[in-house]
Amino acid sequence: MNDAMPHGALIAIVAMALATLLTRVSGFWLMGHIPMTPRVRRGLEILPGAIMASAIIPIIAKVGVVALIAVVVALLSMIVKRNEFIAVGLALAAASLARAYGL
Amino acid sequence: MLVLRHIQTMTTHPPPRDEAPYWSLPGLAEGARRCGAMVPGTFVFAAAYGTLAAQKGLSLSETVLMSALMFAGSAQLVALEVWTNPLTLATVVSLAVVTGIVNARFILMSATMRPWFGPLPAWQAYGALTTTVDATWLIGMRYRSEGGSDASVYLGAGLALYAVWVFAALPGYLLGALVTDPKRFGFDLVLIIFFAAMFVPLWRGVRRAIGWAVAGLVALAVSYVVPGWWFIVIGALTGSIVGAFIDE
Repeated sequence: MNDAMPHGALIAIVAMALATLLTRVSGFWLMGHIPMTPRVRRGLEILPGAIMASAIIPIIAKVGVVALIAVVVALLSMIVKRNEFIAVGLALAAASLARAYGL
Repeated sequence: MLVLRHIQTMTTHPPPRDEAPYWSLPGLAEGARRCGAMVPGTFVFAAAYGTLAAQKGLSLSETVLMSALMFAGSAQLVALEVWTNPLTLATVVSLAVVTGIVNARFILMSATMRPWFGPLPAWQAYGALTTTVDATWLIGMRYRSEGGSDASVYLGAGLALYAVWVFAALPGYLLGALVTDPKRFGFDLVLIIFFAAMFVPLWRGVRRAIGWAVAGLVALAVSYVVPGWWFIVIGALTGSIVGAFIDE
């Protein structure tokens, strides 16, 4: 277990690539084997937003006020004008400004 | 009674009839175009990965190969934290396990692709899914919520970001100090900013938002208790299940 592996780097990279591949296809495969009842369909419709909320909120809590500012600016920008270039640009600008002011 | 309510639901809210998925060349370009906002952030992120890989003693070919085969930014950065020189069997196993955990959110993302890609031949659906990253999935979800069905948009976004991701590791590796402080310009937040931006077009009223609020709060609680990236998976699953049981 603790001896250096020959070709260790290559084996590690391939193992990590396979693990990643598995995550990219397994949910799709699984949903092909679950009957699409109205309830399952509703759950699946909610899932994208649920993934986004689950990523955004804990990261704001972890990073702090700069992340909060960036996220709020991105949300407001998208509500006013549905353009993700503008939203990302404004949010990055807001984050750099906030950090420049020591937040 | 239940049957009656079911029939009522069926007549008042017909399930959305989405067009069958198809492929087109303009769709590939459209997908690449929709990545535009993420290109600078991806470039900086990839360059930072290249720099870190060089510091960790990976060879240039190993650095590029990892990007080319994994195409998973967060997982690659975490892997470099775990990486040792030389590698033992135990480290290789933990690298694979850590990668699976960091990327567990892709399991849920690929589940959401079933209604869209389900009718495609398996090799096409799985082929396109191998290009999934957070940004391309977000682009796909937005495109889908606009009523689009062209699978090429998803693949085009994936291929475009893949090219940036693999290429940008090179200058990062070779120049080292290219990206001294990605935080200064907020680039460490670019993914979460994109998540927030793409959240807005999904808004369809309060009913779905209950599930989303549950997801966010559960994820927040889990993030304080469980180390690592499980909060996304546990939060999203809980919110989705709660939402599924709220009747329309």
